[in-house]
Amino acid sequence: MRKNQVAVVGAAETTELGVIPNVSQLQLHADAALNAIADAGLKLSDIDGFATAVETPQQVCHYLGIKPTWVDGTSVGGCSFMLHVRHAAAAIEAGLCKTVLITHAESGKSMIGKAPRSISADSLQGQFEAPYGVYGPPSMFPIPVLRFMKTYGITHEQLASVAVVQREWAAKNPRAMMKDPITVADVLNSRMIAYPFRLLQCCLVTDGGGALILTSADRARDFPRKPVYIMGTGESVETPMVSQMETFNSSRAFKTAGPLAFREAGIAHKDVDHLMIYDAFAHLPLFGLGDLGFMPHEETGQFIADGNTRPGGKLPLNTNGGGLSYMHSGMYGMYALQESVRQMRGIAPAQVPNAKISVCHGVGGMFAASGTIVFTNER
Amino acid sequence: MAEPQRARPKPTPETQHFWDGTKAGELRLQRCDACAHVYFPPRPFCPSCASRKVSMFKASGKGFLYSYVINHRPAAPGFTPPYAIAVVELAEGPRMMSNIIDCPQTPEALELDMKLEVAFEALDDKITLPVFRPAKG
Repeated sequence: MRKNQVAVVGAAETTELGVIPNVSQLQLHADAALNAIADAGLKLSDIDGFATAVETPQQVCHYLGIKPTWVDGTSVGGCSFMLHVRHAAAAIEAGLCKTVLITHAESGKSMIGKAPRSISADSLQGQFEAPYGVYGPPSMFPIPVLRFMKTYGITHEQLASVAVVQREWAAKNPRAMMKDPITVADVLNSRMIAYPFRLLQCCLVTDGGGALILTSADRARDFPRKPVYIMGTGESVETPMVSQMETFNSSRAFKTAGPLAFREAGIAHKDVDHLMIYDAFAHLPLFGLGDLGFMPHEETGQFIADGNTRPGGKLPLNTNGGGLSYMHSGMYGMYALQESVRQMRGIAPAQVPNAKISVCHGVGGMFAASGTIVFTNER
Repeated sequence: MAEPQRARPKPTPETQHFWDGTKAGELRLQRCDACAHVYFPPRPFCPSCASRKVSMFKASGKGFLYSYVINHRPAAPGFTPPYAIAVVELAEGPRMMSNIIDCPQTPEALELDMKLEVAFEALDDKITLPVFRPAKG
């Protein structure tokens, strides 16, 4: 795909984030969509392309009254929205549609109008993982981390520092759920969830949503907001079974999607001003820094513990507070994208001064899928 | 009311031989006749070279502890926390999720790379699960 041909011209989260027991999941989609449409200065009838995950495009389009000529229901977990951005950019460039709306919403905490996730007993996961006591992401996502730690000499304290640094970012963000400062000791003394991970190394569980609107870069000049260009994109999937990853020392999906996006954007790591790495759990930023090629995996833990990703550090990472401290409805990728767009617009609560290139890297399932978007505010 | 049960696998035509094997006290894997790749979970073709000519064989049942978590909360139905959810690398190459029996469920006792051997745990008259225990000797 050619770089900088498509731009984000509308971006918004749901009016509220956190615990929203009085709004259904479907209405959270609509709330995010209406906020994004207002942000872009558009009407619903201007939308001719639509993408969403978990809920079907027909469900959300009908509810909103949208009549699309292009839809994408790619649903690969929390990074689905990175893939939607990539697919939408290709569709706009190919002339299949002009203005794409991407929505995410999840009543992850209140469970209003949300179908429960289930694993059927005759699926491969149902036969070869579920009988061993996996029960939700905290029991599955951290399974690779002890091997990763042993291979690269990563310490428990370094993994705890991920949560500490992200809380520093969250403290600057009025919309973050958790803002009180924490220490490495607080993390290591918090309640055990699934050894080696404790409560403060696991993401929040909240309600919310977000929406993006994309159009061609040529049209983007006429919109009220500063356009944020899609500079590079990548995607991949590996396996829905965490036990069947090729290795626990890296993620194949990360190593495919990330470099693809860097190559397409034509950038080097030193060009990155701002970075988002989907942090459902504390080890993900370490996998991401290594797999995206920022540094050898061995150095990732010390890099974060040394403060390089904290406010004022040389590689600002997860500047909204991340899934650990900002919010996490279950599929966090949309919120990472929203923060990248805010940073590129120059309006983030913890704005990185003069940031021109933002990399936004997502995961789906337990390392099952990945999507990476490189944004820029210069064409 | 009955105690909540641990999730029971339901075999498909492609996996039935595996579950017949565990019931007979065998851990069965598949090997590609064309490229010799050994793989898991079961399927009637080679995921490495796409050949449909594959053979089932009885694995050694030996392996080592590749990684794990010790789950505290929330516990799955039928499990009493804390319990380890492990990934075992088999001597033949493939990895599989399992539980580790005859071993304290602690970080001190569960050492990465420790040698393991398969054991079989009957859930009912249809399904027997392969689990692993520290290898003797």
